[in-house]
Amino acid sequence: MPAFIVHLIHTLFPKTVLFPDILLIDLGLVVGGIGLFIFMTKTHRWGWLWREWLTTVDHKRIAVLYLIAAIVMLFRGGIDAEMIRAQLALPGTHFMPAIQYDEVFTTHGTIMIFFMGMPFIFALFNAVVPLMIGARDVAFPRINAMSYWLFACGAILFNISFIIGGSPDAGWTAYPPYTGLAFNPGPGENYYFLALIIAGIGTTMTGINFLVTTVRMRAPGMTLMRMPLFIWSAMVTSALVLFAFPPLTVALAMSLFDRLFGSSFFTLGHGGMPMMYVNLFWLFGHPEVYILVIPLFGVFSEVVATFSKKQLFGYPIMVASILAIMFLSYGTWVHHFFTMGAGPGVNVFFGLSTMLIAIPTGVKIFNWIFTMWGGRIQFTVAMLYQLAFIPTFVIGGATGVMLAAVPADYQFHNSYFVIAHFHNVIIGGTLFGLLSGLYYWWPKMFGSKLNEKQGRVAFWLFFIGFWVTFSPQYLLGLKGMTRRLYTYPAGLGWHELNVISTVGALIMGAGFVALVFNIVWTLVYGERDLTGDPWDGRTLEWSLPSPVPEYNFARVPVVHARDAWWDMKQKGQSLAQLSPEDVHDIEMPRNTPVPFLLGVAFFVVGFALTFKWWPIAGIGLAGVFAIIIFSGFDYEDHHHLKAEVVRKTEASLGRLQG
Amino acid sequence: MSFKGLRKPYRSLALAAVAAGVVSTGCGQQYVVLHPVGPVGEQELHLMILAAIAMAVVIVAVFTLYFYAVARFRDKPGNAAPYRPEWHGHKLLETLWWIIPVVLLTVIAIPTVQVTYALDRLPKGKNPVVIDVTSLTWKWLFEYPGQHIATVNYLEIPTGKPVLFELTANSPMNTLWIPQLGGMEYTMPNRVLPLWLQADKPGMYWGDSGQYSGTGFEKMFFKVKAVSPKAFAVWASKTHATATPLTLASYHQLLKHDTMGQALYGSYPKDTFPSIASGFTLNGQGMYMTMHGPHGSIKYLPMSATQK
Amino acid sequence: MSSVPLAEERDQKLPVEFADEKESINITGFWTFLVTDVLIFASLFSTYAVMHKAAALGPTSVQLFKMGPVMLETLLLLTSSFTIGLGVYAMRRGQVRALMLWMVLTMLLGAGFVSSEINDFISFAHIGATWHTSAFLSAFDILVGTHGAHVTFGIFWALTLLFQLKKRGITARTARKVYTFSLYWHFLDIVWIFIFTFVYLNGKIVP
Repeated sequence: MPAFIVHLIHTLFPKTVLFPDILLIDLGLVVGGIGLFIFMTKTHRWGWLWREWLTTVDHKRIAVLYLIAAIVMLFRGGIDAEMIRAQLALPGTHFMPAIQYDEVFTTHGTIMIFFMGMPFIFALFNAVVPLMIGARDVAFPRINAMSYWLFACGAILFNISFIIGGSPDAGWTAYPPYTGLAFNPGPGENYYFLALIIAGIGTTMTGINFLVTTVRMRAPGMTLMRMPLFIWSAMVTSALVLFAFPPLTVALAMSLFDRLFGSSFFTLGHGGMPMMYVNLFWLFGHPEVYILVIPLFGVFSEVVATFSKKQLFGYPIMVASILAIMFLSYGTWVHHFFTMGAGPGVNVFFGLSTMLIAIPTGVKIFNWIFTMWGGRIQFTVAMLYQLAFIPTFVIGGATGVMLAAVPADYQFHNSYFVIAHFHNVIIGGTLFGLLSGLYYWWPKMFGSKLNEKQGRVAFWLFFIGFWVTFSPQYLLGLKGMTRRLYTYPAGLGWHELNVISTVGALIMGAGFVALVFNIVWTLVYGERDLTGDPWDGRTLEWSLPSPVPEYNFARVPVVHARDAWWDMKQKGQSLAQLSPEDVHDIEMPRNTPVPFLLGVAFFVVGFALTFKWWPIAGIGLAGVFAIIIFSGFDYEDHHHLKAEVVRKTEASLGRLQG
Repeated sequence: MSFKGLRKPYRSLALAAVAAGVVSTGCGQQYVVLHPVGPVGEQELHLMILAAIAMAVVIVAVFTLYFYAVARFRDKPGNAAPYRPEWHGHKLLETLWWIIPVVLLTVIAIPTVQVTYALDRLPKGKNPVVIDVTSLTWKWLFEYPGQHIATVNYLEIPTGKPVLFELTANSPMNTLWIPQLGGMEYTMPNRVLPLWLQADKPGMYWGDSGQYSGTGFEKMFFKVKAVSPKAFAVWASKTHATATPLTLASYHQLLKHDTMGQALYGSYPKDTFPSIASGFTLNGQGMYMTMHGPHGSIKYLPMSATQK
Repeated sequence: MSSVPLAEERDQKLPVEFADEKESINITGFWTFLVTDVLIFASLFSTYAVMHKAAALGPTSVQLFKMGPVMLETLLLLTSSFTIGLGVYAMRRGQVRALMLWMVLTMLLGAGFVSSEINDFISFAHIGATWHTSAFLSAFDILVGTHGAHVTFGIFWALTLLFQLKKRGITARTARKVYTFSLYWHFLDIVWIFIFTFVYLNGKIVP
């Protein structure tokens, strides 16, 4: 890389640290970017991109956008993980400089939680929730698109820190005062706070959207106790988002103001109270854990019923336990810092509340097992992830209860025991659940089943790789290894276990490669599913053709039972049931550039504030307000789909009588 | 709940459970958390083992049901197992698995409460050795107010006596952790937190920071030497007499963002640690504020002094 | 969305802003948004409660607060909540001119509130009490400042609504917009009552 470019970068972006390997990757990105630009121009795809994707408000397309982002971020976070494991495999190694290692573990955690887990969950919500409740879209389609573009803007802002150099390096929790200017003068933490605030606004809007959607938009007859468990989980997750993200936004904003505008919330001097950040962060952070896992409880509940060919066992109890988890999850946040001197009374309260939350979770496990009991289990890939989830999550939950025993936590805190525990539940619960949902609903989203044989290979690599990676880490915790160590001395007996763990990480990496191969292969060679119901499903989305037409339901269904579609099939209803008179004009939301432009404006604000380019930040902010005001004056945000068009589409899908 | 009567068998069971790991490395002593040398670490270990056993019961129960269900109810031609697609609940069973976790968690919860309160009190009738700990970027400063000496990245403590650590930070947060003596506690700027530990056997142990605080953080390992009270007194007075004093100027050197090795000081200046001893519980009196940032003056004032 | 009944099919007793199913859903959405805003303020209040005593070397709340302007601000904001209430009442009776008049009055009262508050902050800055001085002042500034920013945003929002009302009159959609604005405005009033009680009154008594 020519020296003058490096110089230019350093002038524009002061205090950034560029590593040689990153420069190489940058070069690759530039070449790739130019290549993509030429390809798009040559094939005249810019208009298509703008019309079909950038301005879309269709929940099914937004789902695809979320999914693409999530898989790209899974790749980025996964590479970070491999780098961490490479650095830690042997004692005293300097595979990369300490500062780069600090950046890598920070971005690994942040990306996996905020930019992989959350969007993947929202991909599933967007893809399925309206279809499952018999709605034509979410309650606020335009806000749904805004949520996506704010998330995308946050994700890009966060990842740009890697391209320019100077990623955040204070861990995904970003405790002050280490994030303060006295210890962290570079731009890294600015990226972190701004990206998370912007993406967080988007996430909050998603929470509002799906809460209102599930409360107000259900098809006639779908009472609360007839909602599929996945809808319950979407509703509860949305409520959790609503209550969890505001404290986070406040905590992040205060840290940001300390850095940019000289306030004294969490500083070393001026009476700053870093502990307040920790409280606010975990007031978000613990519900966030359940935001990351409750949707997958929903996925597993659908998957296990479908592939056991049997009703979900103990539906009312499943609902009750999900609600119990929702309420209890707000009363456990102090268990992330029993060792911050809160006193025995407080610690005992939060220790016991944490144990309490294990009860409804345990009950769910029993109910899933008894859903299989007396059924006929089909070992599809989606079901394999469900089957891997149960034992993995039980062990993760068990170690979680061990951590809740307060004095034991004094020894476990911040050790690799904790690392092993939360990967155990996040990978065992969230990632396995996401992949289960991906394999389960892929045919609905894209119209063909993911290849099952390749899926099995990816599954076994992930499952075995997971255990090889993380079981040694429990033992490392007992050997006194603490988290976020750059390197460690020989002679403590840590390195054998670390080598095993690194091998496991490589196996999981191979699993990711297999997954991507599976997806690409299916997109190219996958066999089109013409039934729309390849798994013999139970809920309403399987009553629709795959992929689903823009308006979802030509006629809004009427629900008579819990597993609505199963019930219809039992009563002998077929797919070609629609009579032409049932089809009327449909009012649909109109595509709009507003959400995309809002994302761009927010990006300008975020990027300019990171480097304190005040005038540009001002312009960006003015842009944000201008777009919001313009949007308020826009009354033409919907259009009518003519009944004739709908009839034609349905007829072409073979679903119209006569 | 007679927790004490049960501890021995639990201990042997847990040791058996990690035996595989121990054998493969050939060095069980390296599982420092499982080999405590003082009462704090021991009580914490007992609780861990109790929790592990209660959880093992859950795991065995769930795994048995799970593997049986998966093996028996496969979708295979000729599977004779009953197929009941409409079976959606069973009151007795569902009540049962609300009760099982409640019972098991009660078994863990009661000793958790007991031990948490017990560890918050210094043992009666024993005068503790007080050590004022300040985490700096990236080193530990230990001040012995009773002995008028200070050390960096090195601790020497008497055996059989509780050691009361008063923890603060003139740096980002860290945690003080000496795994063989017991669990960790945070060091935080503007606050003083207490932690007591005790070594019952003389020996060389190690400590570390558990909270990431920057690029030199992995160099915050330190040695902990436990010796007889007599030898400790000899070491302290010898250090007081012979080692160079820690001056304000050299304290400012310590504030530099860098790592360093061990050091001993024969005395230390007055204002490097918050001036009012915090009680063992920190209601109100434990909160301090600094006048300036880490590089300016290092005076601390209790909050009440500024609010006249 | 096509399942939305037309306005005339719905219960005629419903106020105009709820008459359309879609607009009614929008109002549910706005209530849900207000929940998040409550949480924002709750977080700010708890931060303030924790940091209230962390005045460092700067002034304490007893030394700093002047109750005169605060009483004036309270009076202005409470009155504006009343005027927007009258505005919604006029809207439900279909009186677009009265509605617009009440909204203008609401905006003026709001502007009076904001300017008095800005004046307070400037006078604090003159004696060196900026949010750099102490954690207490940081917490105070961000709590009161966030509320003030909300009020300011509300004034501009009302302005855009005036243009829409002028152009379109009272329809299901503009009525819903005015109604959500009034919810927002009442909410800010309630937050101010908490600020007045727990920050100013309490801060004047408890050092």
